[in-house]
Amino acid sequence: MTEYLRNNADTVWLALQEHVWLALLPVLLGFVIALPIGYLGVRFPALYHPLVNTCGVLYSIPSLALFVFLPVVLGTKVLSPVNVVVALTIYTVALLARTVADGLRSVDPVVVQAATAMGYRRVRRLAGVELPMALPVILAGLRVATVSNISLVSVGALIGIGGLGQLFTRGFQLFYIEPILVGIVLSVLLAGLADLLIVLVQRAVTPWTRAV
Amino acid sequence: MITFEDVVKVYPGGSTAVDHLSLELPTGKLTALVGPSGCGKTTSLRMINRMVTPTSGRILIDGEDVAGRDEAALRRGIGYVIQHAGLFPHRTVLDNVATVPVLLGKTRREARAAAQELLERVGLSADFAKRYPAQLSGGQQQRVGVARALAADPPIMLMDEPFSAVDPVVREQLHREFLRLQEDLGKTIALVTHDIDEAIKLGDRVAVFRQGGRLAQVGTPRELLAAPSDDFVAEFVGRDRGLRGLSFDSAAGLPVRPVDGLLLDDAGRPLGWPGDDGPRDTGGTFTKDDSLRVVADLAIRSPVGIAVRVGPDGAADGLVSHHDLADYLAGRRS
Ligand SMILES: Nc1ncnc2c1ncn2[C@@H]1O[C@H](COP(=O)(O)OP(=O)(O)OP(=O)(O)O)[C@@H](O)[C@H]1O
Ligand SMILES: [Mg+2]
Repeated sequence: MTEYLRNNADTVWLALQEHVWLALLPVLLGFVIALPIGYLGVRFPALYHPLVNTCGVLYSIPSLALFVFLPVVLGTKVLSPVNVVVALTIYTVALLARTVADGLRSVDPVVVQAATAMGYRRVRRLAGVELPMALPVILAGLRVATVSNISLVSVGALIGIGGLGQLFTRGFQLFYIEPILVGIVLSVLLAGLADLLIVLVQRAVTPWTRAV
Repeated sequence: MITFEDVVKVYPGGSTAVDHLSLELPTGKLTALVGPSGCGKTTSLRMINRMVTPTSGRILIDGEDVAGRDEAALRRGIGYVIQHAGLFPHRTVLDNVATVPVLLGKTRREARAAAQELLERVGLSADFAKRYPAQLSGGQQQRVGVARALAADPPIMLMDEPFSAVDPVVREQLHREFLRLQEDLGKTIALVTHDIDEAIKLGDRVAVFRQGGRLAQVGTPRELLAAPSDDFVAEFVGRDRGLRGLSFDSAAGLPVRPVDGLLLDDAGRPLGWPGDDGPRDTGGTFTKDDSLRVVADLAIRSPVGIAVRVGPDGAADGLVSHHDLADYLAGRRS
């Protein structure tokens, strides 16, 4: 395996980089899109159940189907990485919109009322009270979305894009185990590292959850 | 002054929470709103800071209708304390207290410095500043809640059962501290409680509500105990129960016996009752200005069942036994 790595360092490095941004850009986009959607699901309680159902349906679409289907809808090239980014963004939104809504719903209404009674207006209250209090739940969802995106990117290799997934396809094509092993190890490491990073951020921004 | 003008609140679903309420809460005084559960106390309180909108009628603060004020601005000028304090779990004690000043545009630094002082004022040492609410006892949280409400120095405070979630001993202590604080600050306070003892103890005026959101009577604690307007109020304030009523009766009219048998110093001040091992403590003394409740207390605590009255110079000038007191009360009742 080290032998393979030494000879193909450039290829592996490029694949890893591609994997990182193919997985993480959708996390970022999905999070930004999910925040307002999740908020609407709480602000207007009638929207909550439709939101949960829609998210469930979206999340259950097989990723390969989405990768193949998206170029038709978006008019992108079949090999365009945009397809992967859009597909994973959809999954992330499906996961996080619900998480954001659940996180906001988990905030003690008594505390929200106290904030209102102290003179918070809606937007500032959301940013200063409700979102921070929902963070533990939201960040837990973000961990799941990140790790699942990192593994889903590899599926993109089946349609010719896909970071470390390319190492799998190459291995299969050449009946050669080394690249497959490297691909697996690196994507597991990457997932672990991303997860760890989020946990560290979580500890830094929610110190009160450990104060008992 | 806060004025309720014929205020009605009917919640969607048809229950009348507040029924034609007209009430004045005088400036600088604590008005206790008291009554059985569900009689509309909280609803009345929350109409003052517009957390609840009246169905009809007006609420004025110093003559100005609150309905015409910007909600957030109005609320920033009114301190709000609730049961279980409702602190922000994600902010330190210090930042909880600094909340409203920051909302009002103070820098975080200024607000924290002021918050630090306030914490001391409500009896919390600097060690507590960096803690999170989950790390405080119920009584400490309640103190932080009071400090948070006071932080922007609002002229008005709304308090909804602020002391009911703590045990009686802590509550007693919080009451004392709070009365001392209010003596200094002289805020206009509306305090909701279902505990008539608390209302009588803390209130300059007490408004008794009855089921259906109607005001039964409003007056000083003394007026309420002396002249309840009807059976409901009489029963609610518990005029005949225990020692409560005695708190509002002066000892001035109580006949005393001449001082006899008591050991005195050269100036005539009581040293104690004679005992085998020297003078036995009288357990305290009372003056004409004290209430009958104090006298009763002394008579019960005294080793010989006699309360000692002293004059302005501290010299003993009369004795009252518990029999005397009982006779006096019996004579007064008939
Ligand atoms: N948001 C609401 N919607 C509908 N009805 C309400 C609402 N809030 C209160 N009520 C009703 O209005 C009445 C008065 O309620 P309120 O909370 O003012 O009573 P309270 O005197 O504070 O009682 P407690 O001592 O139990 O706190 C009750 O019958 C209650 O059920
Ligand atoms: Mg109430």
